[in-house]
Amino acid sequence: MKALAARRHHRFAPVVLIMLALLVTGAVYAALAPSSAQAEDAVTTADDIEHGAALFQANCATCHGVDAVGKADAPSLIGVGAAAVHFQVSTGRMPMQSNAPQAPVKPVQFDEKQTMQLAAYIASLAPGPEIPSAEAVDPTLGDPARGAALFSTNCAMCHNAVGAGGALSEGKYAPALWNTTPTQIYEAMITGPQSMPVFNESNITPEEKRDVIAYVVAQRDGTPGGENLGSLGPVSEGLWAWILGIGVLIGAAVWIGAKSS
Amino acid sequence: MSDSNLVSTSSDTEVATSEQFSDPGVPEHKLRLGDTDPKAAKRSERIVIALFGLSILGTIGMMAAYFGLPQDTSIAGVRIQNLTLGLGLGFALLGIGLGAIHWAKSLMSDHEVVEERHSVESSPEARAEAIQKLQDGVADAGVARRGVLKGAAISAVALFPLSFAVPLIGEIGADWNISKFRHTVWRRGVRLATDPTNRPIKASEVTIGSAYHVIPYAEDIDEEVRPGSHAWLDEKAKAIVLMVRMEPNELKEEDDRKDWSYEGIVAYSKVCTHVGCPVALYERQTHHLLCPCHQSTFDMADGAKVVFGPAKRPLPQLPITVDSEGYLVAQSDFTEPVGPSFWERLK
Amino acid sequence: MTAAPAKTQSSAPTTKAGKAADYLDQRTGIGVAVKEFARKVFPDHWSFMLGEIALYSFIVLILSGIFLTMFFVPSMGLTTYHGPVATMDGTQMSEAFASTLRLSFEVRGGLLMRQIHHWAALIFVAAMVVHMLRIFFTGAFRKPREINWVVGFLLLVLGLLAGFSGYSLPDDVLSGNGLRITDGVVKSIPIIGSYMSYMIFGGEFPGSDIIPRLFTVHVLIVPALILALVAVHLVLVVVHKHTQYPGGGRTDKNVVGFPLFPVYTAKAGGFFFVVFGVLALMGGTLSINNVWNYGPYDPSPVSAGAQPDWYMLFLEGSLRLMPGQTEYVIGGYTLSLNVLVPAAIIPGLLFVFLALYPFIESWVTKDTQPRSVLDRPRNVPTRTGLGVAFITAFVVLVLAGSNDLIATHFHMSINTITWVFRFAFFIAPVLAFWVTKRICLGLQRKDRELVLHGHEHGRIVRTEAGEYFEVHKPLNEQERWLRVNYEAHAPLALDEQPYHEDGTKNRKYRSAKLRSALSRFFYEDRIEPVTLAELEAAHHHEPHEIADGSDESRQQLS
Repeated sequence: MKALAARRHHRFAPVVLIMLALLVTGAVYAALAPSSAQAEDAVTTADDIEHGAALFQANCATCHGVDAVGKADAPSLIGVGAAAVHFQVSTGRMPMQSNAPQAPVKPVQFDEKQTMQLAAYIASLAPGPEIPSAEAVDPTLGDPARGAALFSTNCAMCHNAVGAGGALSEGKYAPALWNTTPTQIYEAMITGPQSMPVFNESNITPEEKRDVIAYVVAQRDGTPGGENLGSLGPVSEGLWAWILGIGVLIGAAVWIGAKSS
Repeated sequence: MSDSNLVSTSSDTEVATSEQFSDPGVPEHKLRLGDTDPKAAKRSERIVIALFGLSILGTIGMMAAYFGLPQDTSIAGVRIQNLTLGLGLGFALLGIGLGAIHWAKSLMSDHEVVEERHSVESSPEARAEAIQKLQDGVADAGVARRGVLKGAAISAVALFPLSFAVPLIGEIGADWNISKFRHTVWRRGVRLATDPTNRPIKASEVTIGSAYHVIPYAEDIDEEVRPGSHAWLDEKAKAIVLMVRMEPNELKEEDDRKDWSYEGIVAYSKVCTHVGCPVALYERQTHHLLCPCHQSTFDMADGAKVVFGPAKRPLPQLPITVDSEGYLVAQSDFTEPVGPSFWERLK
Repeated sequence: MTAAPAKTQSSAPTTKAGKAADYLDQRTGIGVAVKEFARKVFPDHWSFMLGEIALYSFIVLILSGIFLTMFFVPSMGLTTYHGPVATMDGTQMSEAFASTLRLSFEVRGGLLMRQIHHWAALIFVAAMVVHMLRIFFTGAFRKPREINWVVGFLLLVLGLLAGFSGYSLPDDVLSGNGLRITDGVVKSIPIIGSYMSYMIFGGEFPGSDIIPRLFTVHVLIVPALILALVAVHLVLVVVHKHTQYPGGGRTDKNVVGFPLFPVYTAKAGGFFFVVFGVLALMGGTLSINNVWNYGPYDPSPVSAGAQPDWYMLFLEGSLRLMPGQTEYVIGGYTLSLNVLVPAAIIPGLLFVFLALYPFIESWVTKDTQPRSVLDRPRNVPTRTGLGVAFITAFVVLVLAGSNDLIATHFHMSINTITWVFRFAFFIAPVLAFWVTKRICLGLQRKDRELVLHGHEHGRIVRTEAGEYFEVHKPLNEQERWLRVNYEAHAPLALDEQPYHEDGTKNRKYRSAKLRSALSRFFYEDRIEPVTLAELEAAHHHEPHEIADGSDESRQQLS
């Protein structure tokens, strides 16, 4: 335990925590996924809404108001739907830590069950986008080629061609999609979190959304040419050419020029 | 000011005086370990042999990878193929390179040799002779005496490239009809459709906060420029549009453009007025549209005016309305040329 | 070697190699060349191999390029892809893009060759830049090598052109947007801009001609020019003989080093394999330009991180920094200075400075001697400062071209970064110049100190009179020679009057005034090398070689 405490401030600690959190999320997701229909039915019980309400009052009401109608710094949550809540909370964006240009991803604070309860509570206030079913986000059912075309036109300008993320104005940014779950990707598209615009059914149909997810998930297989260098394009390639390529070759030249002992 | 007693150290004026330091000459040669110790030399030899051996192994490894690996075109398959072939080739080459260099460094003579450097310029005699020869040639040709002939020869040589250049210049720009910059395939009644899925968009389906990447609906434009044809790419390059919807009260509109939007839906050219990148990063909360190439930022709520970056002009607006079925349609083509500025843009 | 290739008729060769050499020599007279070059001396220094990196990566480019041309189809004709790349299956694309996918995924070793080719291109230009910096900072461009500097400069420009034309060939979204930017830049040229755009693209952008045209530029025109200029470059190196660093026994009239055969044959030949080997390892392990990520060119999409290869980044940065207010309409015609200045004028100034520098320096120095012993950068503080200032300006532009990645990786606002770089582009080079020059002068003073007083020894001795001093170890001959054997040029005096004696205007006056002013800028601050007399005086003043740190001879700054 002591060793663990000592490593808590290690610089990889957040990474490890996020990994753990993702593992947990993934595990919970996997557990729920096969019977998602029942799961959804299960979360919408009055009991869950009640639990969700309690969680909301304890963790969210300070900013969003006791009735979730919003305050000066925080938007109203009436009609944002379960999908928005699930996205914001399950990625760790909410509860928001500080007033930054945008809410950063951080360790998730609620488990999947609590998240679902919160979502159920908000959804009970007014109808809004719902959390997609497991089938709706199953990458194996999508067509990655169609997804590539859609992603390239609708997403790549912010999130980069393969989802490595990119800059927006004034310190805002489009995050990398490497670790975003298919459900979260779907939710982001239908709810338009923060700077992101909404992509509703007429813009990108549910099936097309699944294609997009299939494309994003396909990127996780890596690149055929070796290390992907962050998939950031020519700038990182140039950096590697200079530091590694020119570095090694100048090193070799120094060796050639040095007198043998 | 410093004194002007420059130390003359340039070697060409080198005269040994007591005023100057003298060149100590090439430093003494230091023996290497291998020059005195046969064991060390033997060791170096073995290293060189091992390096050449490594090269041979590399080549064999590459052959083994090429013939041994199954033809697998999946990402993982290509990756392992690329890796093994690359490592094999790399070692085959590095073995030779490192071996040869180590050989030169440790076993070949390392006594420095001094070679004289000769002046590059030709000797005065050679120069004089060269000039004489040229003069002889000129006299021989009699250019000075035959003025008209000289003129005719120069004119002929100067003019003949035209027969090469004129057809080339004539053809290289196709029809040279640069007025095409001014027009796109948008015209009255062309429906706005999603890019790349080509579905016409109903105004009622566009929710607030949406951003649609829009192309002209294929059914509504001439057949020869529809998607799938090459001409389509030329037309698409000018016709791409970004359409967003915001609360109508957030929209600031000029009086003469009040009817160019539809219930908070506005459509602007997606071609940057700077150098033509697709400007596509729409930030829903600020209504700012950012170009990822050079960061020109346009305010979609305020006539797509430039708020930051290297662009000067607002994005051209596409006047839109709805047709009888509720589909969003263009009222006309853009009223100004889209994309980057060019010299005769306003003419 | 069993037989010397040069043969006389009296001694008929007996060995096989000898007979072959004899056959060849009777028909080509190669013996003379071998006699001349076999033992030609090259000085040994790591920095003399930088140009070789460029040359060898160019050879690798040709070899891997030949492989690629066997499979690449330079056509913009449309086709529908069906193949192993799942994310592209059924997508309409150009033949160029489809063949790039095919040669990457279905031709075994094709991806390796493609990646080696692209890495070699990045290294090729980088090595040229590093080589050029070495030439610049050591003054290797001085007489008689000015023309070779210009040849090298042209090679760099051609290298950029080769890189840019090749980068666009796969016809993907990323390079397509690069072409679109090129189109925008070309259109901004006054009067002829629109026609130039039509000329390049064979009509409207993107048209269907640009890929075949770039292909010809990339595989024929530019490589042929590069090969020709490389030949000129190397012939001139042989004619001039290589420069050498200062040191004992090295003068402008000799060259000290190792013979071409066998030492340099092995070292330089071996280095080719090292360069190729490193590029092969990079090609095998590091993916580069995954065009299937970007997709086939379509005018609508664009990807975050839309940047060109590193050697074009300065142009990208320059375009990003320029504020947009500078577009004007004059008499109904549009003058886009917001594009023209960053894309043509600023790079133009940087390149003209580079190309002309040797001539500027020789003009303000009035040095007519051939120089083959290199300068130590510290001994020419103004040149060194200018070089560092140039690099600084270039780096600022490169960073500005990467400002979106800086923003995401360091959590900064892209707008703030842009503003900082807008100022930095003007301030940082001046600052860099000043700091570098000061550092050079400081190092020169340090050299003087060392020559006059020797190395600090750390041993404190007390004299009988109770004085303490530190014993200094005098420099050996070689160390001293390195530090005193240079020339500190003095500024040129203004030797023209504004008016002739008869009262007419002197036409040469203005140029002479500029020359003298520039010369003052170059050489006003200088540190003279220690003279023998000074050294003797120092020894005389300080019989124990005491360093008192207040020696008046340190004050050589004018």
